Amino acid sequence: MVRLITHNLLACHVKGCTSNNFPLEFKDVQVVLRESEFNPDFLRGFIPKIEWTALVGAARELGDTSLPDQPPEMLDDDFLKTLHHVLLEIHVEEGIMICPNCKHNYAISNGIPNMLLAEHEIG
Amino acid sequence: MSRPELIAPPEIYYGDIEATKYTKNTRNQQIQADMTYRALELLNLPPDEPAFLLDIGCGSGLSGEILDEEGYIWAGVDIAPSMLEVALEREVEGDLFLQDIGQGFGFRPGSFDGAISISVLQWLLNAETSHPTSSPPHRLARFFTTLHSSLRNPSRAVFQFYPSSDDQIQLITSIAQKAGFGGGIVVDYPNSKKAKKVFLCLYVGGGGGSQQLPEGLDGEEVEEGGNARFERRREREKSKNGKRKSVKAKDWILKKKELYRKRGKDGVPNDSKFTGRKRRPVF
Repeated sequence: MVRLITHNLLACHVKGCTSNNFPLEFKDVQVVLRESEFNPDFLRGFIPKIEWTALVGAARELGDTSLPDQPPEMLDDDFLKTLHHVLLEIHVEEGIMICPNCKHNYAISNGIPNMLLAEHEIG
Repeated sequence: MSRPELIAPPEIYYGDIEATKYTKNTRNQQIQADMTYRALELLNLPPDEPAFLLDIGCGSGLSGEILDEEGYIWAGVDIAPSMLEVALEREVEGDLFLQDIGQGFGFRPGSFDGAISISVLQWLLNAETSHPTSSPPHRLARFFTTLHSSLRNPSRAVFQFYPSSDDQIQLITSIAQKAGFGGGIVVDYPNSKKAKKVFLCLYVGGGGGSQQLPEGLDGEEVEEGGNARFERRREREKSKNGKRKSVKAKDWILKKKELYRKRGKDGVPNDSKFTGRKRRPVF
């Protein structure tokens, strides 16, 4: 269950990979949509944490183009609903996430990304 | 006290069988639930803002289920694939990661509003290989520094764990402090053998000592306190007769034999007037 909410927080943690290690790129993904409960308060609190360009980029990679390039000033219900859908309802079930810097592959299987590192990659 | 962390590393110890056993055990469920509620209490999150939490060592989602119920959005990490599989079957809401916390996290700074971890830290205290990156201090340091940076300022992280000595507590707290955390140890029911629980409460930020360490719970545990079940009744009976009645008296033996016969067990001795009687030294 890699949702974009966590993808937006996830950077590569390989040893020495400290710059340009975010966002991880998707490859060969299978996406499943699952409805979840709409929680506007949570979203309002979460918006400051979002790296917007990364979120829009990742959403487009997954084929969802409903988000604008810039976060709007006014947070109306319609916008929050789209955001809710993008952040919390798109689940990546299978695929690979690739670090743009060191090219480490994080495989996603059954919805769970494998974040384990080999011994030489541990910081 | 059994110490599974001394038997095998977690991803091996919690294989398919152990993972289901662990999750289905109602006593385990109860203990985990109680500790999760207590951890949330210690986390002291503002009541009306839905928070985004990290569950470190989420396992099969016993603690995650409670986070779901309480309305938190969360992400969980665990190193045992079998446990995560059980969590998937149980359909918890949070995002799950297969991750070794001793290798550190890759979350962006300020990602989480808090972190909880139930019965996990003790697993970090054993070295699996002689490689320098798998020494416990190194893994703990890596864990705490990356966790510190992925938490919001100000926020808290609460860890329940089972230390086997004061040295371990010392090691963990000193490394956490080096990583920049404030806070310390809270012990619930310190005088009880069974109900004693050790919590490590860590603070990120908060302006130097303005955050008070919460008090540990004390006094008599209501249920499951220091006393075993029916202990008081046993004590009472003892004082009444002066001598304690044998548990395996004649009626108990007869009952057991009856049960074995009913189950069709071979070689159950016949009942007689000698059943349950002591063999005297004259014999």
